[in-house]
Amino acid sequence: MINPTEYLPKTYRVRMSTYWWLARWPYLKFILREGSSVFVAWAAVITLLAIRALQRGPAAYAQFEAWLRTPVLLTINGISFFFVLFHAVTWFNLAPKAMVIRLGKKRLPNAVVSAPNYVAWLIISAALTWVLLRG
Amino acid sequence: MANRITLEVTRFNPARDEKPTLDTYEVPLRKEWVVLDALNYIKDHLDGGLSFRWSCRMGVCGSCGMMVNEVPKLTCATFLSDYAPGPVRVAPMKNFPVLRDLVVDTSDFLLKLAKSKPWIIRKVEKPLDEEYFQTPEQMDAYKQFSMCINCMLCYAACPVYGLDPLFSGPAALALAQRYNMDSRDEGASDRFDILSQHDGIWGCTFVGECTQVCPKNVDPAGAIQQYKLAATMEWLKALVLPRGAE
Amino acid sequence: MSKRSNEPLLWLLFSAGGVVAALLLPIHLLLFGLAFPLGWLKGPSYESLLALVRHPITRIYLLVLCSLPLFHWAHRFRFTLYDGLQIKHLNELINVFCYGGAVFGTCVAAYLLLRVR
Repeated sequence: MINPTEYLPKTYRVRMSTYWWLARWPYLKFILREGSSVFVAWAAVITLLAIRALQRGPAAYAQFEAWLRTPVLLTINGISFFFVLFHAVTWFNLAPKAMVIRLGKKRLPNAVVSAPNYVAWLIISAALTWVLLRG
Repeated sequence: MANRITLEVTRFNPARDEKPTLDTYEVPLRKEWVVLDALNYIKDHLDGGLSFRWSCRMGVCGSCGMMVNEVPKLTCATFLSDYAPGPVRVAPMKNFPVLRDLVVDTSDFLLKLAKSKPWIIRKVEKPLDEEYFQTPEQMDAYKQFSMCINCMLCYAACPVYGLDPLFSGPAALALAQRYNMDSRDEGASDRFDILSQHDGIWGCTFVGECTQVCPKNVDPAGAIQQYKLAATMEWLKALVLPRGAE
Repeated sequence: MSKRSNEPLLWLLFSAGGVVAALLLPIHLLLFGLAFPLGWLKGPSYESLLALVRHPITRIYLLVLCSLPLFHWAHRFRFTLYDGLQIKHLNELINVFCYGGAVFGTCVAAYLLLRVR
């Protein structure tokens, strides 16, 4: 840092506002993406609660299912689903940045590295749905 | 299109002012003019005291970085007519202390750049009359990151750099990665030791704005994510073979 | 060995959690949180679900499903608190809350999954 001298009395430092992320849309989108982690945690927690209800017997599980049907939970889970989806899409789209895959001379374009993630996502989701629906 | 445009320019005289103010100037709006031309017009005809950095006026020296309507830009590469009818807000680069008007103190960046050891590191130097051989593929591996002109627009765009004084910042890390990926270099572990300390690279949360504003398509965000992966591999290797392989 | 930080481990957990969360959580939340409660699809009965969960592979799957996303949240939320609210000076408290929370959640998941009969 340049020290103040007789001819350069001081520099001016701007303090970053707590609301810096509201100033521009890219920053807000970033904070929303980071905020999706809270809903990811919620999805893990609700899975834990489901396991707990399951482990306690059919009555407890039926009560848990009823709780899931209340408007409050449906709203929370609806919003969570949107954010978990947002997490998945942003995650798959950013994955190629960390992994540079070269085929011979050329570097694989980002879309080609993202695509297998989406395909895996669809296959796994379909497989899980099938397992749960045939039950 | 109109033939005049208004510029609102930050002014700060450290001897006189407590904080920056805004001065308004009206300049001609010529089709081929860039913001730098407007600033030079102001300095030549309207206010000789306006201070700003510039040099090559063609986007290769990295001197003329400023905030134009809150976005970090090279003023020699930003057309005035894109902002018609104006006004155009010109401010010094964010996240750096302001020395005067549009000039900022960049010494922090230079310190952090030096920490990246941006030069070829060899265990044993080759004698001067022996060349290094490098194939086009080997050069391709790091070429994109070597295009950095140290203009610091990425630092102005990075919120983490603005918030965390210990963060190395996009360009320093991209340049470290540029040398790590260079087949002639053997200094990757030297750089890991210094940069892998908590705030060197791990402060990066992949906001990605650095890549958006880079005028040379260096993609520092990509470089940092690759660096994180490489550093993690190094860490795992060190865990498994503590005093072992280099 | 130089005083290397343990950030790489935390970043690895964050990344693994991100992958698990991205690939598995959407369909789980869609089915259990919306489709089954709202009756769009007929969910599995208690007995068939219990039979599924009893299987050791399912238990491991569910442990991963509950644990890794929590570590993903812990890492990301910690940095959001640093950068969003600028409370980095509280970093010890934040680390305990975030990573401690993830560890706690993992322990709860392991306990519950072991107790399923």
